[in-house]
Amino acid sequence: MEYSNKLLLKGNEAVVYGAILAGCDCYFGYPITPASEIAQASAEYFPKLNRTFIQAECETGAINMVMGAAAAGRRALTASSGLGISLKQEAVSYLATMELPCVIVDIMRGGPGLGNIAPEQSDYNQVVKGGGHGGYKVIVLAPSSAQEMCDFAALAFDLADKYRTPVYILTDGVIGQMLESVTLPEPLPRRESPEWALDFKINPRTNYLTSIYLGNDELEELNIKLNARYREIQKNEQRAEEYMLDDAEIVVAGFGICGRIIRTAIEQLRKEGIKAGMIRPITLFPFPRDVFQRVTPQVSEFVCVEMNNGQMIDDIRLNIECAKPVTLINRMGGNMPTVEDIVKYCRKATGKGDK
Amino acid sequence: MSEKVKLTRSKGFFDTFERRPGPIKKNMSYCPGCGHGVLHKLIAEAISDFGIKDRTVFISPVGCSVFAYYYFDCFGVQVPHGRSASVATGLIRANPESIVIGYQGDGDLAAIGFNNFIQAANRGENYCVFFVNNVIYGMTGGQMAPTSLIGQKTTTSPYGRSELNEGYPLRVCEMVAGLEAPVYVERVALSTTKNIIKARQAVRKALQNSIDKKGFSLVELLSGCPVNLKFDAGQMNDFIDNEMSSYFPLGVFKDESAKRAPKIRPEPIFDAEKVREAMYAPKIGEGVAADYRCTSEIFERELRIKIAGFGGQGVLSLGLIIAAMGKQRNFNVSWLPSYGPEMRGGTANCALIVNRNTIGSPIVDSNCDLLIILNKPSLEKYLPELSPNGVLLYDSSTIENMPKVADGQSVFELKASDIAEEFGNLKCANTVILGALTAILKEKFLNKVDSADIDGLVADALTECFRGKTKIVNLNMETYKIGQNQMTEQIKADK
Repeated sequence: MEYSNKLLLKGNEAVVYGAILAGCDCYFGYPITPASEIAQASAEYFPKLNRTFIQAECETGAINMVMGAAAAGRRALTASSGLGISLKQEAVSYLATMELPCVIVDIMRGGPGLGNIAPEQSDYNQVVKGGGHGGYKVIVLAPSSAQEMCDFAALAFDLADKYRTPVYILTDGVIGQMLESVTLPEPLPRRESPEWALDFKINPRTNYLTSIYLGNDELEELNIKLNARYREIQKNEQRAEEYMLDDAEIVVAGFGICGRIIRTAIEQLRKEGIKAGMIRPITLFPFPRDVFQRVTPQVSEFVCVEMNNGQMIDDIRLNIECAKPVTLINRMGGNMPTVEDIVKYCRKATGKGDK
Repeated sequence: MSEKVKLTRSKGFFDTFERRPGPIKKNMSYCPGCGHGVLHKLIAEAISDFGIKDRTVFISPVGCSVFAYYYFDCFGVQVPHGRSASVATGLIRANPESIVIGYQGDGDLAAIGFNNFIQAANRGENYCVFFVNNVIYGMTGGQMAPTSLIGQKTTTSPYGRSELNEGYPLRVCEMVAGLEAPVYVERVALSTTKNIIKARQAVRKALQNSIDKKGFSLVELLSGCPVNLKFDAGQMNDFIDNEMSSYFPLGVFKDESAKRAPKIRPEPIFDAEKVREAMYAPKIGEGVAADYRCTSEIFERELRIKIAGFGGQGVLSLGLIIAAMGKQRNFNVSWLPSYGPEMRGGTANCALIVNRNTIGSPIVDSNCDLLIILNKPSLEKYLPELSPNGVLLYDSSTIENMPKVADGQSVFELKASDIAEEFGNLKCANTVILGALTAILKEKFLNKVDSADIDGLVADALTECFRGKTKIVNLNMETYKIGQNQMTEQIKADK
């Protein structure tokens, strides 16, 4: 039979396709809007390939099932949104400490509290800063299209394995709900269990995984080891989409859907002769510091566009060491910043363009 | 010459505890008189005798047995408080050939982790749980447990457990035995030798069930904690056999071990061809080459479309069909629905962008090139978003008065719902509109080459959107043609 690898998929579906094609064995999750299509697509496709799908009884159950499957040496996936992620955070801290690779998808909705189901980006701090207890961090990828939702699933599993860490795919309800054309990659085989796994086919009975270190020195040593790895990740894995940066005098930054809105705004600003450029962080941890530092001398100002109360803006300020002003354009509650908002502000800030 | 007999631990334990940090490598960390040591020995002996050490995973909980992985010569994992059953589920589903042992105390299992535990039992996960019930929190220093007895004084029930404030002690075995899935449920006591022999048999039966893939087994062990319960060894056994056993009766609550067939899970599929078959789409129609480009002028720039109407009018699927048409002609497309209660309740809309180049913002809130409106409220809401040269197409069976538009904007209308109803399926109103749209495109915007194959393109798009359901595709092709013919006639009459 002839197949086409070009499909129309919602972001939420695309991440499931990407995960399965990347050799993911297991999905464990609890339904929550606007991430439910991830559970639904998983329920359809994992069993089709005799792989594991369980609708867990709760968010904590789901993430701890991921812990079990990851410990057994398998690629495991879970997904949720905002408040569901809050519930998972204790186990994420354990996963980071036990150095267990896995992938967690957060399709952000409006918060705080029960909030609403409209798109927001207000989980930035709770995900990027390692939202659970203790001083850990996790790699965070921020896709802004259905294609990236698909591609980043494989990337997330690879990074998770390479650095032995949980990896988040963090995006907003818009990217989760939006349907686009996606070109699927070739399927990957099941990845061999790593040597540390609790898999008797690899290494009978010798391995164990723990996150309790009663001695102060032992626990400090563990923290030092983990933090050395975070520095390595910061050095090696920064990713960002750069657009029209070469001669940019004003640089607008945003992730997820904001990156898409900014791109359209930059196109318009350029037509008006305003030298505006975009940095769309693709990794939120590690924050793409190098590109921000590279353009800092040439720009007069940075603009940060976010659908939250201003969270990523702190990282921009820190990473450019407050060398240039950073202005926030933000909306909350499910409202979205518009192309017009960005264009108007950049005209004003540069004193150029159509009035 | 007689050989020296060397007395050693059970073979299921390490000889020296190398996983234990610090200088103490020979001793366990349990207090004198604690039940954990006895139960550890019963389990260690069983995993050694059954020859399953290599593939056994022992789950250490939070509680006094948090360091159990120091001692057992098998895989070990230490998990968050109460989450043993979830981790066990992940382990056994990911690797059904492993033997998974859940080992939990009364706080871990019956308080903080009860939901995860009871749900795993109810799913019949193939693993065994050894539940140590000593009616007290040990590691944190003698606080009340969910199983603490009425009147029992603890550091957090200093006046004694009262049913008024804390409710009654939880009888776990009785609850689990009420479920369909579990295969074996027994309560035993780690007190007298006679009881310990019974406990030994229970441990072995549970493990055997796991080996035989018969599902979920639970052994609850009434156990001593002389330090926190403030008993000496003799008093401790009396307390277990009298006080505890009278509220928590010993015995088998359920045993279907003999009649259960093993649960065998099929092998996961990773064969590339089979994965492609499951995940890729069947190829539809003739298609076009990867470098094919539509040549009509309108495709030289981004096309911004909004479709709006009542939920149930097929607003979202009309958008999907147009998106599929764009995709099949090598355009980038984005389709963004309104979602959530707004969609479920009343109005629905979707924004659609068709662009040969990278699509930036997928949001259509201004400069809309094509507005397709199926109800009156949407017309009022979205007409201001129409671009100065935009096209409005609306369903005149739901909107009576011709809306006023600016010079340069064009308006087309068709009684789509009436036509669909007359045809016998109101659900097809959206493909009537689709027919009207292609008529407008053909007459006004497309060159000959792009017009020529539009019906085939629509048929392919419908096949893709309705996943090849021929009957629905054919039905919609009929209403599509009706819509197209009527709109073509109208346009020609206007000329």
